[in-house]
Amino acid sequence: MSGFERDTGLRPVATSRGPEGVDGTAGRREAPGTHPAGSRSFLYERFLREQRRRLVRIRLARWFLVAALLAIWEAAARVHWVDPMLTSMPSHIASSFWKLASEGRLGVHAWVTLKETGIGFAISMGAGLLAAVALWWSSFLSKVLEPYLVVLNALPKVALGPIFYLWLGDRLSIYGMAVAISIVVTVMMLESGFREAGRGKLKLMEALGATKWQMLRLAVLPASVPHIVAAMKVNIGLTLVGVIMGEFLSSKAGLGFLILYGGQVFQMDLVMTGVALLALLSIALYGLAAFAGRVVQRKYHVE
Amino acid sequence: MAQIELRRVSHRYFTWKEETETLRDVDVSVEAGEFVAVVGPSGCGKSTFLSLIAGLIRPTAGEVLLFGEPLRGPSRRVGYMLQHDHLFEWRDVLQNVLLGAEVRRLDLRRARRRALDLLERYGLSNFVRHTPGQLSGGMRQRVALIRTLVLEPDVLLLDEPFSALDYQTRLFLGDEVSRILREQGKTVVLVTHDLSEAISMADRILVMSRRPGTVTADRRIVFSAGRPVPTEARRQPEFQEYFNRIWEELREHVRV
Repeated sequence: MSGFERDTGLRPVATSRGPEGVDGTAGRREAPGTHPAGSRSFLYERFLREQRRRLVRIRLARWFLVAALLAIWEAAARVHWVDPMLTSMPSHIASSFWKLASEGRLGVHAWVTLKETGIGFAISMGAGLLAAVALWWSSFLSKVLEPYLVVLNALPKVALGPIFYLWLGDRLSIYGMAVAISIVVTVMMLESGFREAGRGKLKLMEALGATKWQMLRLAVLPASVPHIVAAMKVNIGLTLVGVIMGEFLSSKAGLGFLILYGGQVFQMDLVMTGVALLALLSIALYGLAAFAGRVVQRKYHVE
Repeated sequence: MAQIELRRVSHRYFTWKEETETLRDVDVSVEAGEFVAVVGPSGCGKSTFLSLIAGLIRPTAGEVLLFGEPLRGPSRRVGYMLQHDHLFEWRDVLQNVLLGAEVRRLDLRRARRRALDLLERYGLSNFVRHTPGQLSGGMRQRVALIRTLVLEPDVLLLDEPFSALDYQTRLFLGDEVSRILREQGKTVVLVTHDLSEAISMADRILVMSRRPGTVTADRRIVFSAGRPVPTEARRQPEFQEYFNRIWEELREHVRV
């Protein structure tokens, strides 16, 4: 056992929290050779202080920006620099928001859109995964379908709206639209992820005598978790786009319906309320996907 | 009977642009328990040579025999250790070490006992539940070796297993691996571009020529002091002599 001790030093355990980098948690990161917590050097303390101050400044500037824009908007509409009929104004949007919310209509519309997006996302991710696995499994199939995928990707899927409407009817066409818009990119992202995921690992699996199914289950899928997470983040956004498009084309409820209806009856307050809620919803959905992604990635120890 | 035998093996591969002959008329036989190192200039087909024995590729001409039988696909009696450890980040050390047993559907309880035993013996018992990201490069490569040993192969193929490590770790791990493999009485074929490493570890050295690779020299390495550990071997008086002699044979194939 000559000198195992020499080699048993642990590498720093990765504790970075995503691509944001320095996000106020910098102090928690420990690397070998640094001062242990409690005996930080003066320079390091100063560095941390400056980083924190910078972070606070960025946050403040963000809030200030949105507050300033809202204030200018409100003021411009009130003194009629702009026509409030066309632009609405934040105070009207807020009151319209509360009115709709207290009547429960806002909740209904948001829920319809949320439900459609959830279902669309599930279908599109599930089918996308299956398709990507099939393309990984057969490189012949993948080569054959390559140009078709390129065309499908380039095609503005919105153009398929009338087709979905006729084929699927007024309710299901929303899902058709949502899946059509999100699935192609998902398949392409997943497929390239699968191909990248550990060529060396596959050589190892081959040398161990693994079957194709074992390679997929034991190596490719777990190694692709970061790519699956990335695909999820892109997918959720595109699915929402598809759902709103679908609701524009035909629907009786949902935020897309609300926005379109508001436009038709020239109620900019309604339109803006719908858009604002949609913005909140999209952030929430993306956050949810990102959170789920982080949980999964932590479980699989992959960055 | 030779454990590994290559009879007039040639190998070529094809791309749209060209046809490449990697090996030509390679005749090699390796006896049980031998530690053979293959050296040669980069791109001489050393790795192809190993892939042939591992059953990952087939010769274009000639025959590869393992334990006297023609080889068809990866054999269960052969362990292959690659240049990179390729540990699976989402598995802890024990699960990584059991990967091969899982793939080959071996008795997992027995494999587990053996894995824990090997991890213990080779200084990794405190790291059984660690993930690869928490290990140093040298430890990772040791885990990769144990992953191979759990399968109880008779023959071990090492494809530049130390080249991704820094020099000190490399020397240290060379001693370790050589001790482990001799202790386990394995037949070993080591491919390396590091002549010193080859002389310090192996009983026998095959020199390969530039592509199309063929074996141009076959030298036995014997130290008067018996079989020292590699870092010791580097200090033996014969070491320099072997180095010079084999370097002479090697240098005509090396083109800078």
